Amino acid sequence: MADLSPPKPIAAGPPAGASSAVPRIPPSIAGGEMEVAFDIAGFSLWYGANQALFDVDIRIPTRAVTAIIGPSGCGKSTFLRALNRMHELTPGTRIAGRLRLFGEDLYAAAIDPVVVRRRVGMVFQKSNPFPTMSIADNVLVGLRLNGVSDRAFLRDRLEASLRMAALWDEVKDHLSRPGISLSGGQQQRLCIARALAVQPEVLLMDEPCSALDPIATAKIEELINELRASFTVIIVTHNMQQAARVSNRTAFFYLGKLVEYDQTRTIFMNPSNSQTEAYVAGRFG
Amino acid sequence: MKRFFDAELETFRSQLILMGETAIEQVRTAVKALIEANPGLANQVIAADDKLDRLEVEIDDEAVRYMNLRAPIASELRLVIVGMKASHDLERVGDEATSIAKRAIKLNAEPQLKPYIDLPRIATMALEMLRDALDCFLQVDEAKAIAVCKRDAEVDNINRQLYRELTSFMIEKPETISRAIELMFISKSIERIADHATNIAEEMIYLSQGKDVRHTEELKKIPTA
Amino acid sequence: MTTPNQFQPSARQHAWRKFVSGAMAGLMLVCAAVVMAPIFLVLYFLIREGATSLDWAFFTQLPKPSGELGGGMANAIVGTFVLLTMAASIGVPVGVMGGIYLAEYGSERANSWIRFMADVLNGVPSIVWGMVVWALLVVPFKTFSAYAGGVALGLMMIPLVMRTTEEVLILVPQGYREAGLALGIARWKIITVIVVKTALKGIITGILIATARVAGETAPLLFTALGNNFWSHRLSEPISALPLLIYSYAVSPYDDWHRQAWAGALVLMAFILSLNILVRLLSRDRKFT
Repeated sequence: MADLSPPKPIAAGPPAGASSAVPRIPPSIAGGEMEVAFDIAGFSLWYGANQALFDVDIRIPTRAVTAIIGPSGCGKSTFLRALNRMHELTPGTRIAGRLRLFGEDLYAAAIDPVVVRRRVGMVFQKSNPFPTMSIADNVLVGLRLNGVSDRAFLRDRLEASLRMAALWDEVKDHLSRPGISLSGGQQQRLCIARALAVQPEVLLMDEPCSALDPIATAKIEELINELRASFTVIIVTHNMQQAARVSNRTAFFYLGKLVEYDQTRTIFMNPSNSQTEAYVAGRFG
Repeated sequence: MKRFFDAELETFRSQLILMGETAIEQVRTAVKALIEANPGLANQVIAADDKLDRLEVEIDDEAVRYMNLRAPIASELRLVIVGMKASHDLERVGDEATSIAKRAIKLNAEPQLKPYIDLPRIATMALEMLRDALDCFLQVDEAKAIAVCKRDAEVDNINRQLYRELTSFMIEKPETISRAIELMFISKSIERIADHATNIAEEMIYLSQGKDVRHTEELKKIPTA
Repeated sequence: MTTPNQFQPSARQHAWRKFVSGAMAGLMLVCAAVVMAPIFLVLYFLIREGATSLDWAFFTQLPKPSGELGGGMANAIVGTFVLLTMAASIGVPVGVMGGIYLAEYGSERANSWIRFMADVLNGVPSIVWGMVVWALLVVPFKTFSAYAGGVALGLMMIPLVMRTTEEVLILVPQGYREAGLALGIARWKIITVIVVKTALKGIITGILIATARVAGETAPLLFTALGNNFWSHRLSEPISALPLLIYSYAVSPYDDWHRQAWAGALVLMAFILSLNILVRLLSRDRKFT
């Protein structure tokens, strides 16, 4: 029997009365009351007989960046892919539990995974612009293949998406060049623009910087910081400093379990679990 | 390269500057309360000390947060550490100001022991040192910072001179002992404020050059400007 | 003082090893040359025997009745193209779609069976194909026909096209499919617009290889298209093809026909060779990343 009660707001940040003694935190880090995007409870996932996720309970806020950290094989990528049902590409997967996006059960029988993925976009570890397509076609492919043909609208989305991905100024004069002619960091931003073009509600990022050099990484981080204002961003990263820099909240997964989930500040400065503390300091994992 | 969280360090700097200004104002007001025999000013100082305490906690917390979450580069790390230390010095300056204010209230209830000549003098010197040390935070000026360190000796001298003078008062007229002791403490407080200014100046040298000049002969070697 | 290394060869041992190594490398070079020799032999004989008989009439005229000199193989050349077109229209759609199924949809179990059967089909001797299609299309309709020939060649193409299509589709990185899915694009659109398009050169290469392979087949046509010496006007009638005509000319007793058989072989070879060169050009820069 599903729990039908409305999602309760999670107590986030310091209690209201204590605010005068608490340092002023830059708005990019501030927690406070949150609107829940993903409301997940008792979520488990199996690959055949292997259980990859155990009973995950988590509420992920909207208009914020949530980082998912943990050692390799801890289930963080699996978790991310479960958020837009991408794990279903692997045959023999099975899930249990509740996974709602803005109150809607993404695993309900009537929900088409294709529609889920239109709402929950994804950017991958390796940048993957379509090799047969130009920069512009890459950005617009999601719209075009979903039946959008209004030229003015497409032109607007092209520019808006590339601007949001901080790529417009670099490519506006050669939009018809192949997408794969760009540098690695630009390709990744092109992929972000492509994901943003279909106007998803959530953007999942699976180690988006792990193949990039520090400068390209910094650019993507700036971009994530910008996206915070209007999107729900969930990023899997192996780079603790990146998680600390860009995220409002951090979830630490270990051996398929959600060990700790809190404001990034708390996870890094005063985690309640000693494994979390050791992991974020780079002592294990 | 510019990063989106660079603004956080700017906030940190401005918090520290705010704290410095507040501390200077506290000392100035406390000394003024004594000289003008104005208990209202003194109470104002006592009430405002809370602000410095709060700023110190804020600065410390932000420093720890920055170190934890931002993987600071070497110069940022020095700024953050110097910020923590300087905020501690400034908080102590504030405590000394409160102490002066409290003694001013007591002293002002009784007839003035002697005309205040040397006290305003070293108070002005200590305030100038504090001001110069904090100026170095805004604009790095090693010569100025070193000069602050050198002037500490002058403050010490006047302080000792005041001690001798007050001691002779106490020997001659035992009824002045309590007032003389209060004045000695005030003098001592001002001397401590100068010490904190010196600490801050040393911290500023460390901040700009990564060079620790505390307890070294280096300060003495450098000729006074 | 250091102890001498027992594994250090003496100067004599070292010289012997170098000699053996050199001799072996030389032997392998010779073997590699032997591999290349037949192709040169084939080209040499074809050009020596066939080039002199190649003239305009060869490409434009019908075969002359036995005893008469001259004539050409125009009908066989056209027939070969007709048969290959028919074969491709069967082999390409079925093969490509089968390959897409294998690469994109099929389950592990089904795929291993389909692959196994495709490989067996690939190994079926071409004369067996001819007999099967003869039993299937010639006997019931009581006539040899271009249809039957096209079907025989087309069936032979299917496993080849299917396997190469599957292989190039598998080479397309999974990341493109995932990227497409993550954009909320329907799977069939991703496969047609993104995956197949990315692998298109490879698929065309596979089709060309399969075409080249069946272009020279004779045995299946003997039972199906049969061949004739005039223009065929209906696909339901027998049709000629270069390999058929080469075969019947080569076994005839006439010198003039022998010469024309060589010329036909040269033309056929040139056609197949140019297909192979085209394949080479297409697959030269097949990279997906």
